[in-house]
Amino acid sequence: MLEIKNLVVQIEDNRILNGLNLTVNDGEVAAIMGPNGSGKSTLSYVIAGKEDYEVLDGEILLDGQNVLEMAADERAAAGIFLAFQYPLEIPGVGTMTFLKACLNAQRKARGEAELSTPDFIRAVNGAADKLEINKEMLKRALNVGFSGGEKKRMEILQMALLQPKFCVLDETDSGLDIDALRIVSEGVNALRDQGRSFLVITHYQRLLNHIVPDTVHVMSKGQIVKTGGKELALELEASGYAEYRTSEAA
Amino acid sequence: MADVTNLRSPAEAGLSKLFETARQSFASDATIAREEAFRFFEATGLPSRRVEAFKYTDLRAAITEAAPPAEAPSLEAAKAAVAQATGFGGIEAARLTFVNGHLVRELSDLDSLPDGVRVVPLNEALTQGDAALKQLAPVPQARENPVYQLNTAFLADGAVIAVAPGAKPDRPVHLRFVGSGAAPFSTATRVLVQIGEEADFALLESHEGPDGLTCQPNDALDVVVGPRAAFRHTRLNKEGDATIALSTLSLKVEAEGQVETVNLVTGAVLSRHQIYVHVAGDDTNVVVNGAAMLRNGQLADSTLLADHAAVGGVGREQFKWIIDGDATGVFQGKIIVRQVAQKTDGKMKSDCLLLTDEGQMMNKPELEIFADDVACGHGATCGAPDPDLLFYLMARGLPRPVAESLLVQAFVGEAVESVTHEGARAALIGEIEAWLRARG
Repeated sequence: MLEIKNLVVQIEDNRILNGLNLTVNDGEVAAIMGPNGSGKSTLSYVIAGKEDYEVLDGEILLDGQNVLEMAADERAAAGIFLAFQYPLEIPGVGTMTFLKACLNAQRKARGEAELSTPDFIRAVNGAADKLEINKEMLKRALNVGFSGGEKKRMEILQMALLQPKFCVLDETDSGLDIDALRIVSEGVNALRDQGRSFLVITHYQRLLNHIVPDTVHVMSKGQIVKTGGKELALELEASGYAEYRTSEAA
Repeated sequence: MADVTNLRSPAEAGLSKLFETARQSFASDATIAREEAFRFFEATGLPSRRVEAFKYTDLRAAITEAAPPAEAPSLEAAKAAVAQATGFGGIEAARLTFVNGHLVRELSDLDSLPDGVRVVPLNEALTQGDAALKQLAPVPQARENPVYQLNTAFLADGAVIAVAPGAKPDRPVHLRFVGSGAAPFSTATRVLVQIGEEADFALLESHEGPDGLTCQPNDALDVVVGPRAAFRHTRLNKEGDATIALSTLSLKVEAEGQVETVNLVTGAVLSRHQIYVHVAGDDTNVVVNGAAMLRNGQLADSTLLADHAAVGGVGREQFKWIIDGDATGVFQGKIIVRQVAQKTDGKMKSDCLLLTDEGQMMNKPELEIFADDVACGHGATCGAPDPDLLFYLMARGLPRPVAESLLVQAFVGEAVESVTHEGARAALIGEIEAWLRARG
């Protein structure tokens, strides 16, 4: 599904990713854990196509196609989705208007017909019910006045609606209470299938109790330094990141 | 020291000549102090950048020739012009149609006005000595403005609209100004609106004409909002790309009066909309909003003076600017709070989105406060579309132009949200969308 080869990225002369290699197979849920400043969020932005970063070397292949040549919207249409750590508030843009515009833009880019209004409303309502999103929220401007948990649920609603094939969840658990964490995780788990892969970025093992990963990668100083199964997350929870910080210092 | 004499520009000399000629055709009435107005104008001349209030909108440089006052069009020509007009077209309203600054009775709904609304063409009102005319020029500061005085001197047509006390007309009145023709011309219209106690009146105002039409409209709207009355005013300027459009709104608001005036500018090569608000009674609520969406070569100026001379007035002024190409926006806003106007609550804001590096925005907000128990503030911002918001939208699949349009629409939309008349609000949003579509 996604293959990252020797990715080297900097921002304003500050090297963040140092020859990162990572493979996520079809249907796989891969978790990335690591200390603060190891480059996890940068990786998510570079995959999604944020322009602030300078890619010095490497490739990001989605089903064999190098997405680094594509603008963010083209990557979205190709199936990449980033659930933001801090979803942005956009005053004046109605949530439903936004959702419909995004859905139809992606469909258009893929040469598919636009969704009719009744079908669109049905799809949104269905997804909203599963995520226990109050319909009143859908009538408001996008994310404006939403709580942290509501914003994260809105991210997952977008994911459910857009049906991407590669989903990056950037610290989706941050700012969530126990109930919201369960709801969001159930939303993600409902989307798991053989045709869809996930890259779950988190600091804490608790999210991985809900979204159980197939693989866990440890990231440090812009590289993947260790890879294991789901038990690796438990080890990290017990031992912390000291070992990896030491290797950074060295 | 020798006296310095400013040389008159060809346009100023031309205006003097035109006034001499027109003087003979003006009805001999004392209601309109034309001579006094023109003497004032002659003393000031066309205001240039040396005059503080016109520093960013140099009319002396922009108006190089004095365009003669427009002749009244034939009915056929008027019909053809109106057929092209689209502003507020789909809204059920009583229309007063002005073509080239002349009221066209045949294309106006003078005989089918909503209950409680009386409309008298200005010339008839002058002949009959209509009592409402006492309310002309209700804001003293406007009478010190050369654009307004030029309107008074050349005043050719207009209307008096009187709304009966307590009246709540079932549909708005629409002042439809349309320009057409080939030769350059100027117009000067004045509409006086008097809203009786506890009445609730909605007024739509559209100004439009074809691209390439070199005309110089100078339109003035005088409004007196009676005690506990409401005035809801939605204005649209979509003049052609060679028009220099000058306009003045003078508002006097009496006790507990409510005002909502929203102006959207997409047209004219140069426009200046002057708003004078005189808060004359206690506990008023005034919303003055404006939005301008400008392309290459355009300049739009919104100049506001809100004079609080009574207790407890609430004022909300919000202006939004979209500057594309090398266009220029000018906002000058001044709030005066007189010593008597305790408990005034005023907030004024002008925000600009610059879509290119070549565009310019001049923001000049001012507060002059003489009372000690008030809450007043002003602010101005200017910047490019937020790159983080653009990325968020693009990461959901919206191509950059679509994402940018959505942000622009949302940004401008805040200024038109306050329009209470649903149809008028939808019409303004439609104009915003049309502007964005044309931008591509």
